[in-house]
Amino acid sequence: MGANKAKAAVIVFPGSNCDNDAGRAIKAATGVDARFVWHRETSMEDFDLIVLPGGFSFGDYLRTGAIARYSPIMKEVIRQARRGAKVLGICNGFQILTESGMLPGALLRNRDLLFLSKDVYLRVENNNTAFTSAYKEKQVIRLPIAHGDGNYYIDDEGYKRLVGEGRVVFRYSAPDGATEGMAPNGAKGDIAGIINDHGNVLGLMPHPERHCEAILGGADGKWMFESLLNAVGGQS
Amino acid sequence: MPQYKAKVTVMFRKSILDPQGAAIERAVKSVEGDISFPDVSSVRVGKVVELIIDGLDAAVIEEKVKLLADRVLANTVMEQYVVEVEPFAGESCNGRE
Repeated sequence: MGANKAKAAVIVFPGSNCDNDAGRAIKAATGVDARFVWHRETSMEDFDLIVLPGGFSFGDYLRTGAIARYSPIMKEVIRQARRGAKVLGICNGFQILTESGMLPGALLRNRDLLFLSKDVYLRVENNNTAFTSAYKEKQVIRLPIAHGDGNYYIDDEGYKRLVGEGRVVFRYSAPDGATEGMAPNGAKGDIAGIINDHGNVLGLMPHPERHCEAILGGADGKWMFESLLNAVGGQS
Repeated sequence: MPQYKAKVTVMFRKSILDPQGAAIERAVKSVEGDISFPDVSSVRVGKVVELIIDGLDAAVIEEKVKLLADRVLANTVMEQYVVEVEPFAGESCNGRE
């Protein structure tokens, strides 16, 4: 490690609270120092990986992610995504991605109206992505969730399309990998994470950045950052 | 310049389960006494956004606020909205009545 030349950025919104965790996770997994970019910036250098971190941007006013989506930096994030940069939206970052139209669907209030903060099991539905290549197909991993609005919704047609195109990347599951009815928040099809049609924008509700070091309770999230930065930066 | 009040009511689409509405419905059904409503159904929770806008033409304002509602105030993946515009003569600050 340390030879990785990839460039990573973490966007910081008012109310982001997992930005430092994301930076630390990237460093721990790949040795890359991420740049923190304030949401008011209108341009930034080209990055290989841009993380929209978890938190409560703008206090979740209006809708989760709805106001952050209009932050000046988002035009630049969209421009870099079109250029092929990998964009990872975690939790509130996932909500910002759906609000901005970079990913389909929406995240509704959790079915039982509870804020859910606990570890969950996930099944890797597609390991043939830049975000998940270090996982095995159908591997069951454990990551924390911490959200009040994680109930993924998409209409039936959109759901069929996501499934048909292999764009459901993570589903909530039991420890043995069974997924049916395992979403703690009511998410359609037990979806925990999806990817865009070009395969370079991924959003998920669970927090891989919180489980990158065993001392923090788990390291299953580390492989996402390794997958990503090795995909874009190469490693010697 | 005249002022108008635009009121944007945002509700979940009918196809979307509204867990807050369902919880309120259960609570309403369990209320006893002279405000009991055992026959209540389809309780939905939404939000109302009010905007005071300077302008001359209510129709122009309404069209523009509809665009705002469509792109910003509502997420049409899960929500629908109604826009009403009326002349406004009150004080343009929060808490007026």
